Amino acid sequence: MNPEISDELIEEHGLSKEEYKRIFSILGRDPTITELGIFSVMWSEHASYKNSILQIKTLPRSGEYLLKDAGEENAGVVDIGDGLAVAFKIESHNHPSALEPYQGAATGVGGILRDVFTMGARPIASLNSLRFGSLDNPRVKHLLKGVVKGIADYGNCMGIPTVAGEIYFDDSYEGNPLVNAMTVGILKHENIATAAAYGVGNFVLYVGSSTGRDGIHGATFASVELTEESAEKRTSVQVGDPFMEKLLLEATLDVIKQNLVVGIQDMGAAGLTCSSSEMAAKAGTGVDIDVSLVPKREKGMTPYEVMLSESQERMLLVIEPKNFGKVQEIYEKWDLHVVKIGEVTEDGNLRVRENGIVVADIPAQTLVLGGEAPVYVRETQYPSYLEKAHSFDEKSMNEPKDYNQTLKKLLSSPNIASKNYVYTQYDHMVRINSVVEPGSDAAVVRIKGTNKALAMTTDCNGKYCYLDPYEGAKGAVAEAARNIICSGGKPLAITNCLNFGNPYKKEVYWTFSECIRGMGDACRFFKTPVTGGNVSFYNETVKSAVYPTPTIGMIGILEDVKLATTQYFKDIGDVIILLGKSCNTIGGSEYLAVEYSEIAGHAPKVELEHEQKIQNICYKAIREGLIKSAHDCSEGGLVTALAESCFNPKGLLGANIEMELTHRPDIELFGEAHSRIIVSIEEKNIPSLIKIIKKYNCPYQILGKVAGHRFQIDKLISCDINELYDLWYNAIQRKMETVS
Amino acid sequence: MKYNIIIFPGSNCDYDAYFVAKDLMGDEVEYVWHKETNLKDPDCVIIPGGFSYGDYLRAGAIAKFSPIMNEVISFAKNGGLVIGICNGFQVLTETKLLPGTLLQNKSLLFICKHQYAKVVNSSTPFTHIIEKDRVLDIPIAHNEGNFFIDDDGLKSLQDNQQIVFQYCDKEGHINDNTNPNGSLLNIAGIVNKKGNVLGMMPHPERTSDPICGVTDGQQIFLSIKKFVEK
Repeated sequence: MNPEISDELIEEHGLSKEEYKRIFSILGRDPTITELGIFSVMWSEHASYKNSILQIKTLPRSGEYLLKDAGEENAGVVDIGDGLAVAFKIESHNHPSALEPYQGAATGVGGILRDVFTMGARPIASLNSLRFGSLDNPRVKHLLKGVVKGIADYGNCMGIPTVAGEIYFDDSYEGNPLVNAMTVGILKHENIATAAAYGVGNFVLYVGSSTGRDGIHGATFASVELTEESAEKRTSVQVGDPFMEKLLLEATLDVIKQNLVVGIQDMGAAGLTCSSSEMAAKAGTGVDIDVSLVPKREKGMTPYEVMLSESQERMLLVIEPKNFGKVQEIYEKWDLHVVKIGEVTEDGNLRVRENGIVVADIPAQTLVLGGEAPVYVRETQYPSYLEKAHSFDEKSMNEPKDYNQTLKKLLSSPNIASKNYVYTQYDHMVRINSVVEPGSDAAVVRIKGTNKALAMTTDCNGKYCYLDPYEGAKGAVAEAARNIICSGGKPLAITNCLNFGNPYKKEVYWTFSECIRGMGDACRFFKTPVTGGNVSFYNETVKSAVYPTPTIGMIGILEDVKLATTQYFKDIGDVIILLGKSCNTIGGSEYLAVEYSEIAGHAPKVELEHEQKIQNICYKAIREGLIKSAHDCSEGGLVTALAESCFNPKGLLGANIEMELTHRPDIELFGEAHSRIIVSIEEKNIPSLIKIIKKYNCPYQILGKVAGHRFQIDKLISCDINELYDLWYNAIQRKMETVS
Repeated sequence: MKYNIIIFPGSNCDYDAYFVAKDLMGDEVEYVWHKETNLKDPDCVIIPGGFSYGDYLRAGAIAKFSPIMNEVISFAKNGGLVIGICNGFQVLTETKLLPGTLLQNKSLLFICKHQYAKVVNSSTPFTHIIEKDRVLDIPIAHNEGNFFIDDDGLKSLQDNQQIVFQYCDKEGHINDNTNPNGSLLNIAGIVNKKGNVLGMMPHPERTSDPICGVTDGQQIFLSIKKFVEK
């Protein structure tokens, strides 16, 4: 049964010669095939973070509101008062989604939901951040359709609303789409569950779906570049069953609430191997399990296959023996099987048996991140592409002849257009907490039983990160905070999903370390620690790596749900004011990409002190009840933000803008810069707002007034708002229907 | 006023119905697990939305075999009020308490959005306090909401005033452009011949809480309460 451990076999398992030597010295002998498989998945990039952990440790990972610091548990936990806390996390499922978009995305949602509810938190909302190639490519349409349906079917069946997110389209993501899924859950402080196998003699239980051969080596598969042969690895993609997960959710929250659980962990990437070794390592104990007891859906599975399977909707529980009957009763109410597969031991080893015979015996500490799993320092090199990109002269671009046409083009660009094609497929209202629905700056979700609400958003502009990884990542945090502020919230903490190319390429690693530096600086400044997240390397195809894409998922608190604010103008005659400076650059803008097909120039920079002042003004103005709407200026610049503010779903409004232009009009109107918020306000409240602005000594500009149905900007732009809305609202739908 | 809310494995709007009935309307509510064999003395039974049994085989198809459904059927046959929302409507057509069937949406996509529906029959226990032809904002969220029935069945629905809600726009226009899912005649909700069993695809519980901005859905709960308490 046990094949010889040849060099080929070692290489097939993605282990280097040095890593194999280390395994030999840990065990004092050659590993068995099962042990080789276990080391292979645990030391894969995906599970070990071996090439990223040194960088990640530089991020701020604790703060006054954190009940569990980053890395301590499956998801970070943030105190929100009233004895409640928020558990939230984002994770990637890029590679599976590239090959099998529907199941790849669906199981991504399933995985992140399990991460949150194994903490004892009831998931209250999900978000997702997606990146694809150009929608003119039929293959991309197929991917988008499949991914969105996968997310929708899983989340909808679970009854957890998908309330916000973002989607970008750019050629760099063509062969390697990004699918990042985030879930936010609420728990009572006393119900925080831990992922540790404490208590020698305690039972190790297996609950949920039976184990099949699906997903074997999913973690190692996620740790290599995609090639033409990748399609053959489709069996590395797992298959999801949201109905099973819904049952698991209800039963698991019940056993946690009744205090019947010592430790619990989801069997996600690297399945039974990862959950058992991590739980043991964390508690400083050992775990002794017998794979012949594991429920299987296929015959003849070897211990190797059982240990490495990534079948979905499974969990590992550690309980005290006396509670077995009660735990069984609860799971059986939901028609779920509970099987005792082993016990907690004191020797610190992960011991795997088959019918009692030991097939693997490894010190658990040597397998895990934070234990003795390998950690590498990678080399960096300033990328050669940047010199060319930065030498671009924006002034060499001609001013558009017809500003109306440019605006229409921008509003129809899939990066700016309404994402309703996507979010209407997600149940975004179930649980009746969606105070601000998808489409505005951040979603606002009420917390029942309190007056509070949570604001949540995902943000990252890949183009900015491509042109300047440091400023791009810093800006992603700043923009996320701005979106939370505009929606009435106070930023609390972030989770991150770091999507990059091959870390062994020095230029890629330079962008990675720069992004971490930028994110760290911004998070320290805003006091929004990183509670956890996920690194996804090897997002490359034969052509090239994706843009560096450090997606930020941020949550914020509204101490009173009534503070919830949308981006939409409310009443004709209200005055429109820009908080912040006018823009004098088009580097990295959507305007430059759409009108001139250039991704070049310098990405917008964030001055953190100035950013915070602008945010403070908006924060105070909302709390004093002065403003009726607030909208962050992002892709498409000032004019796009103004048009979006007019697209109130309860009834379209226009705008009459008469502003003083201090730069070239197209640059000022369509250029992109941070630290800018458009607000609308009743005329009588203007003096109070200006008082706040003066206190912070910030620039502002009165732009004009909310109007009927015309969208008018000086003598440059004059359009019917219904026409603009139609272009913006239906652009993606039309692209999807066009046969290309 | 006492509701019973049936919970199947996979129900997920059970808690929403509970929250609205109990916390917003102040009514008594009890959950009834699908394996139970007795109702808990209800004035009205709610079969909530969700994906009972994962909607495997066909939406609502397996739920009809749950032990509690026998009780719901005899409760309905004795004139008890039953309201099935979304997946609950699908369960009611599968159990034949209501005629017709719900096919996949014409777009072949799940649709979740605010939706206007016109109250075309305001003489049912569920709508009697609502002015006839009033337009309500009641969101939809379904993959199979495309109501279909054969010609005879449709004629019977019309002859007996069984059509209660039709999809429309804000101004009340009922036509193809205001039909979100391809339903025959824009049908969004129907009652049985006796008028005591209502099935509707839109979710009244989702526009009942003022915190979420719209309260049109409350009208359904208020109607039921007034009918029961009169």
